[in-house]
Amino acid sequence: MPKDSGIGASSKRREDVRFLTGAGNYTDDINVHGQAYVHFLRSDIAHGRIKNIDTSAAEAMPGVVKVFTGKDFEGVGGIPCGWEVTDKHGAPMQEPPHPILAQGKVRHVGDPIAAVVADSLEQARDAAEAIDLDIEELPAVLDMKAAAQEGATLVHDDLKNNICYDWQLGETDDAKVNEVFANAAHVTTLDLVNNRLVANPMEPRVAVAEYSRGTEEYTLYTTSQNPHVIRLLMCAFVLGLPEHKVRVVAPDVGGGFGTKIFHYAEEAFCTFAAKACNRPVKWTASRSEAFMSDAQGRDHVSTIELALDADNNFIGLRTDTYANLGAYLSTFSSSVPTWLHGTLMAGNYKTPVIQVNVKAMFTNTVPVDAYRGAGRPEATYQLERVVDKAARELGVDPIALRRQNFVTQFPYDTPVALTYDTGDYNGTMDKLEAAADLAGFAARRSESEANGKLRGLGINCYIEACGIAPSNIVGMLGARAGLYDAATVRVNATGSISVMVGAHSHGQGHETAFPQVVADMIGIDESMVEIVHGDTSKIPFGMGTYGSRSLAVCGSAMVKATEKVIEKAKRIAAHLLEASEADIELKDGQFSVAGTDKSVAWGDVTLTAYVPHNYPLEVEPGLEETAFYDPANFTFPAGAYACEVELDPETGQVSIEKFTAADDFGNIVNPMIVDGQVHGGIGQGIGQALLENCAYDENGQLLSASFMDYAMPRADDVPFYGVDHSSQTPCTHNPLGVKGCGEAGAIGSPPAVVNAVLDALNSGGKAVDHIDMPVSPSRVWAAMNS
Amino acid sequence: MTQVSMTVNGKSVSGDVEGRTLLSSFLRDHLSLTGTHVGCDTAQCGACVVHVNGEAVKSCNMLALEADGADVGTIEGQANQDGSLNVIQQAFQDHHGLQCGFCTPGMVMSAAALLKENPRPTESEIRKYLEGNLCRCTGYHNIVKAIMAASGQDVGHIAAE
Amino acid sequence: MYNFEFEKPSTIADAAAALGSEDAQALGGGQTLIPTLKQRLAAPSSLVSLSGIAEMQGVCIEDDGSVAIGGATPHAVVAREAASSYPALAALAGQIGDPAVRNRGTIGGSLANNDPAACYPAGALGSGATIITNTRQIAAEEFFEGMFSTALDEGEIITSVRFPVPQAASYQKFLQPASRFALVGVYLARFADGVRVAVTGASEDGVFRWSEAEEALNKEFRADALTGLSINPANMIADLHGSKAYRAHLVSVMTKRAIEACM
Repeated sequence: MPKDSGIGASSKRREDVRFLTGAGNYTDDINVHGQAYVHFLRSDIAHGRIKNIDTSAAEAMPGVVKVFTGKDFEGVGGIPCGWEVTDKHGAPMQEPPHPILAQGKVRHVGDPIAAVVADSLEQARDAAEAIDLDIEELPAVLDMKAAAQEGATLVHDDLKNNICYDWQLGETDDAKVNEVFANAAHVTTLDLVNNRLVANPMEPRVAVAEYSRGTEEYTLYTTSQNPHVIRLLMCAFVLGLPEHKVRVVAPDVGGGFGTKIFHYAEEAFCTFAAKACNRPVKWTASRSEAFMSDAQGRDHVSTIELALDADNNFIGLRTDTYANLGAYLSTFSSSVPTWLHGTLMAGNYKTPVIQVNVKAMFTNTVPVDAYRGAGRPEATYQLERVVDKAARELGVDPIALRRQNFVTQFPYDTPVALTYDTGDYNGTMDKLEAAADLAGFAARRSESEANGKLRGLGINCYIEACGIAPSNIVGMLGARAGLYDAATVRVNATGSISVMVGAHSHGQGHETAFPQVVADMIGIDESMVEIVHGDTSKIPFGMGTYGSRSLAVCGSAMVKATEKVIEKAKRIAAHLLEASEADIELKDGQFSVAGTDKSVAWGDVTLTAYVPHNYPLEVEPGLEETAFYDPANFTFPAGAYACEVELDPETGQVSIEKFTAADDFGNIVNPMIVDGQVHGGIGQGIGQALLENCAYDENGQLLSASFMDYAMPRADDVPFYGVDHSSQTPCTHNPLGVKGCGEAGAIGSPPAVVNAVLDALNSGGKAVDHIDMPVSPSRVWAAMNS
Repeated sequence: MTQVSMTVNGKSVSGDVEGRTLLSSFLRDHLSLTGTHVGCDTAQCGACVVHVNGEAVKSCNMLALEADGADVGTIEGQANQDGSLNVIQQAFQDHHGLQCGFCTPGMVMSAAALLKENPRPTESEIRKYLEGNLCRCTGYHNIVKAIMAASGQDVGHIAAE
Repeated sequence: MYNFEFEKPSTIADAAAALGSEDAQALGGGQTLIPTLKQRLAAPSSLVSLSGIAEMQGVCIEDDGSVAIGGATPHAVVAREAASSYPALAALAGQIGDPAVRNRGTIGGSLANNDPAACYPAGALGSGATIITNTRQIAAEEFFEGMFSTALDEGEIITSVRFPVPQAASYQKFLQPASRFALVGVYLARFADGVRVAVTGASEDGVFRWSEAEEALNKEFRADALTGLSINPANMIADLHGSKAYRAHLVSVMTKRAIEACM
């Protein structure tokens, strides 16, 4: 029976009411009295040397408050990178400066050169047009393999080459890997590209900053997934401000998908300029600006080889990847192709020998960083495509080949640094086979063929490492931050509860799901619990929302804090009931003495905590507890996906006819929200597989610079999805047994779609073994006719 | 500056605007009706959809002065008289048709225009009609389901898809 | 946007007068023009809205049976009001943009802009329509002069468009997945005196007639009449969404589908 409240209930989202009535409070809805507006003059070339910037005419334009260039930021730090990767020779990665406004060179289309603050946005734009730029255009560095060659044009003149790091994970002995491949009965090799994407949350980025000369305090309203991280990076590394004088607020945020994790130049600029101009300063990105200033995602070029023995067991895996970092290191960019990618190359399989090689490259393109899944989709795509190709080459059933190689014993230490705590990959595959009605596929294929269409079935398995993660481990791996989270549970005198959390909700439904947990633990109505998030002046220091971590990490902190509250409340209840603390039980909001009918209500205890007349002397008044939680391991959600496509052989057009996901997320707090997260991830994964492509021309001009050329998935590009998460192996190391569900759909779906398209083509007699994403009609047609 | 007057959510309003002032700016900046969102600059995303004389339009792609004398409806005027959610809004909440909420006002306004034109749309008619409304969170599943439910159709089978 | 004066005349004569001033520009539904202005790619001194001119609105049937559409008629109105008099054209109008765009965008605006991937140019050229302006009548053949270029003079206003109604017609649009303009769109119209095939989205020269296909279909109106015919890819558009060869191929496929739809 589905529950109607608490953990496991599909409680309706309370935040919906404000969003449905136009009463949300997004950053662009915030206007501060007297605010000025900033317009950034951005580079329209990919690479150039700045000879001169003359702002004198612009400064004289109507309404202009001040014009800033890189010179104004010479004494200020640059945007930091939060993760130092060590290369395979033990050297630290090359880490070039990332200035707020360009200094010396421009390095990508969209690189901010100057900023005009004016009374109105249009005045700022007018004045920006009057800035006289003298920039010598340089050859653009775009192709990663060419960029890695000796003598290539340098993106950063002070670096020895364009390679940020040359990194390796897994088996370091090349001879041993070569031997495995030499002894293999079969080797499948695949070259593939993981296409560059633009996250495109529907709300573009916005920053509004104000400064009070009276109190020397700053307030920055910004579209962020993690306001404390922004405050720390901006204060400690960029502007050199005292953290306690800076308040960062991320109010309602219109989607993030990773690209709102990072600290961006524009928010630091507004904070800096608010003091320099002694006026609040507001910046609202247009969508066109977002395409050239939001960190982009993916962009890997890989070769993967899978070695199998005569019984089709996976015996070795080797992969070489060029990962595009763009022109500068964004906040977590260095970690994505390494610790979030290489570590996942074992997938769901017990391959004993794995070697992962990654060269991370600087190019004259927009910086690349985490986008939903972040490294894990790239790993899954490589692995699951090569497994599928191997099955086709060997003439074996792709599901059987996967099942044969699944990890079945847990905990499992992979050859690439992770320990999977739990899982049931066969059980999850069983769920998929039933939910997707794979038995009925042959009949559906016949029906499609009768209509002149080809039909294909694509299978994919994934595992992801979520929770991001134990601080001591990520610290050893180069993270410059801890990755715990925090919650404060404040019980009010009348028994209602405010929970201040470090996680940020921008679509994930924390305001609904988190109270379900606290209310369930105490046995009170969910409506008595309220979540406070997104404001550094109100919440404990938390690391924010990304990596499917909110419930697993911040939720665990919340559970710990609630446990402390309950423990203290029991001491008060024991005093009121004149019983021993050990005999007090809490159920349905009543404290009772075990084995008696004596009880006291939650509200009476909380009131007593704040009106401590009849009160235990050794207990402090009040009822408020904070807990920080640092996980013991990553969590490992896993799943199996099936995609069915129809393909029009005349045009190459692919349509998704059926998509089914079976996921193991461990325990689930709100099934409705979990379904929704999976739906959204699948939508984005289908987008990557069929539609989305962030492309540059040979000069580094962005070809997909607006929604006119960057194909976002629309309602008629996707079907209803089937989602099953009844396969549940609870996480073994966090109190809720939860694993995280935010990224699964985006990780699991692209290979399923591509595998389905190739299955369709091969079923029609077209021996096509690979098409790069997006699998557009044009590419399908070209592959069919090559 | 030119004076523009219109009826917004049943109330007469007026203001001084420039020729270039967009209807979306007039609503957001002059009237503080910030429920209408701007998500792109090429008339693709639909977060800004409002009703002008009963028809869905993209308010960031229409000049405020073009709406002079018009009857404009925005998301702020959609709830029932008593403040409760209307049928479409309620269906969106019941079926989890929104996540971050940014595209939601445009989705609700488009859904209302669709149901006025076609009171019992099929799944594919809904998907087609939403061609001009982008959502990045939901994968559209629950939006389509909510609109079907709002039109009185049984959506019980969809969860089991 | 740069600022501009806004005018909304109620007669064609007043609009023509307003458009006589330097750098004045006509505003149809603005669905392309406003995004262009946002990018500061145009700087008109004044915009003259044509939406307040009653005589430029609506769909009517002329005495000779042709369908006349006011230049300021939105696509949604054409989709509705021409549905019985000229269903293929109404269907074309119903495929432009999205519902909200169709409520604003106008036939006159679309034709005057002559986007190489727009739908209406194919409908007008394929139908052999006459573009009627405040000063003259222009045959579709003479009107389209390559991408974003037309025979219109400065300040000239499309007041209406007259479409002869064929015995059968079909518009087959293959979507560019991002913009939802036509990657290739083929408008085929079968008249008593011959078949017209107009292609949009495909050519660097904008909308064009595929005369070889017309000749073949005039001999024999069947889908396999196109066998052996192909479009030279040399002048086709190549971009992110499709190569020249792919577009050339799609022209054949969409034409074949249009023929089948007319059977």
